[in-house]
Amino acid sequence: MARSSDPTRFTIAEAREALAAKDISARELAQAHVDAVVKARPLNAFITETPDHALSRAAQSDARIAAGEARPLEGIPLAIKDLFCTQGVRTTAASRILDNFIPTYESAVSQNLWDAGAVMVGKTNLDEFAMGSSNETSYFGPVTNPWRARGRNDDLVPGGSSGGSATAVAANLALGATGTDTGGSIRQPAAVTGIVGLKPTYGRCSRWGIVAFASSLDQAGPMTRTVRDAAIMLKAMASHDPRDTTSVNVPVPDYEKALEGGIAGLKVGIPKEYRIDGAPPEIDELWNRGVEWLRTQGAEIIDVSLPHTKYALPAYYIVAPAEASSNLARYDGVRYGHRASGVDDLIGLYERTRAEGFGREVKRRIMIGTYVLSAGYYDAYYLRAQRVRTLIAQDFAQSFQRCDVLLTPATPSPAFAVGAKTDDPVSMYLNDVFTVTVNLAGLPAISVPSGLSHDGLPLGLQIIGKAFDEATVLRAGRAIETAADFRSAPQAWWRPA
Amino acid sequence: MPVDRETVRRIARLARLAVDEGQVVAMETELNALLSWVEQLQEVNVEGVPPMTSVVEQRLKMREDVVTDGGYAEDLIKNAPQAENHFFVVPKVVE
Repeated sequence: MARSSDPTRFTIAEAREALAAKDISARELAQAHVDAVVKARPLNAFITETPDHALSRAAQSDARIAAGEARPLEGIPLAIKDLFCTQGVRTTAASRILDNFIPTYESAVSQNLWDAGAVMVGKTNLDEFAMGSSNETSYFGPVTNPWRARGRNDDLVPGGSSGGSATAVAANLALGATGTDTGGSIRQPAAVTGIVGLKPTYGRCSRWGIVAFASSLDQAGPMTRTVRDAAIMLKAMASHDPRDTTSVNVPVPDYEKALEGGIAGLKVGIPKEYRIDGAPPEIDELWNRGVEWLRTQGAEIIDVSLPHTKYALPAYYIVAPAEASSNLARYDGVRYGHRASGVDDLIGLYERTRAEGFGREVKRRIMIGTYVLSAGYYDAYYLRAQRVRTLIAQDFAQSFQRCDVLLTPATPSPAFAVGAKTDDPVSMYLNDVFTVTVNLAGLPAISVPSGLSHDGLPLGLQIIGKAFDEATVLRAGRAIETAADFRSAPQAWWRPA
Repeated sequence: MPVDRETVRRIARLARLAVDEGQVVAMETELNALLSWVEQLQEVNVEGVPPMTSVVEQRLKMREDVVTDGGYAEDLIKNAPQAENHFFVVPKVVE
């Protein structure tokens, strides 16, 4: 396929080729994205723009390319979720409590990307502390989905929590972006913005330097426009890191090479519990099409059962807030971040600082987490949830004795309107019904754009794999991508005329 | 209803969150709605099921008990709202 003349429409693989062939300089590529970011301000995808970083690093990339020393992501403009600490660049977690925080260190994942030659166009917006499924809980305001329903002008949410990263990639403001996924925060926004989102196995990417939400669930991953680009980015992001005790010391394969070879003979499980009441029929129809796409390419389709699926969301909403209440105890107004003024006792300082610094959803989760961990309730809530979590992981382990990957829908609906679900936490939480099980079991999974809803909005299918088998997940994702041949893109309505 | 207003105030105190009366009322409703939703976990038979303690099977890593890093006093106080001579400054604790 011929490359577009607009470099912001390149895939990472195409940009790599164009840079190597000297059809474009890294500086030109960076400038095109810096300009696109400025024009897309109405989308509110970025909390902090970093044009100087992009342009000065791009100049270094040009020197490397000229010297024949290009690295795997040399000169590739990326957007970084504002949950990754970046040295000398404000990192907010989309919270007032960190709105003046400038890290003196770099997260392991972003450092890996810079070491591979990538350049940063900015820090993307997200739900506050990654707590949300619509990017509406950000202290810096909601992000707008670049997609609109056919014939309509209503603003839609980009999903969450990595909504700014998803929008940046879908609206051609970066060639790829980092996300983090605690309950679906990479895959769900990827699905509703028509891009690819990959959550790696827990332990595959270091969590060091990522603002912590729920430490036993958080995992960083790539958000890109193609499966190949996700493979390229994951290779650079993944590493063993002694600074994260849960980082696992296993070799990182060449994921791009692993895309080849097709899926003949691949055993694909279809979990019956993922057909849920109340989901629009087009979700099931898309899923059925996905099954046929894989069957046609030689996969063997196997019906499987994950009987504890319905308990995943309630278990998650005990485990994640419990860990969050503990992690967020560090925001005390003493060492960094926002501090309430005019308080003359220490406890009062903590209480006022945290009341002013945290938004409503974050407070709600801190309260739930504190409650379920408090004396007398620990066994009934937290311990029980962790036992249910074991059952959910066992469901997957049993299925994976009979199949290599699972195929499911990525979300129960396409993007919804801004404000549609903000008054009902439980209905908001249900957006993650197909993604959250994977976090509880620590498994890798990818969301791949697979079709449009009846009103022209993107929908995704999800491939779930065995622990540390991202290679097979990517290959199966590639098979979906090839068959779906998803070429739709949003109209650039946000650009000034 | 498992949570009453007094419990909300107690939890807020434990969580170090200042809440006014309006927020207590709102939180009472929200917490009870969430807790009644997660109540469905009670129907799962967890007899003999161990709680998950490690997401991915791996041996706990050991390392030598030696200092591997440090000496960043300047960096550590860089973002402090109030600092003096490499100390964090807080309101008076002891009279």
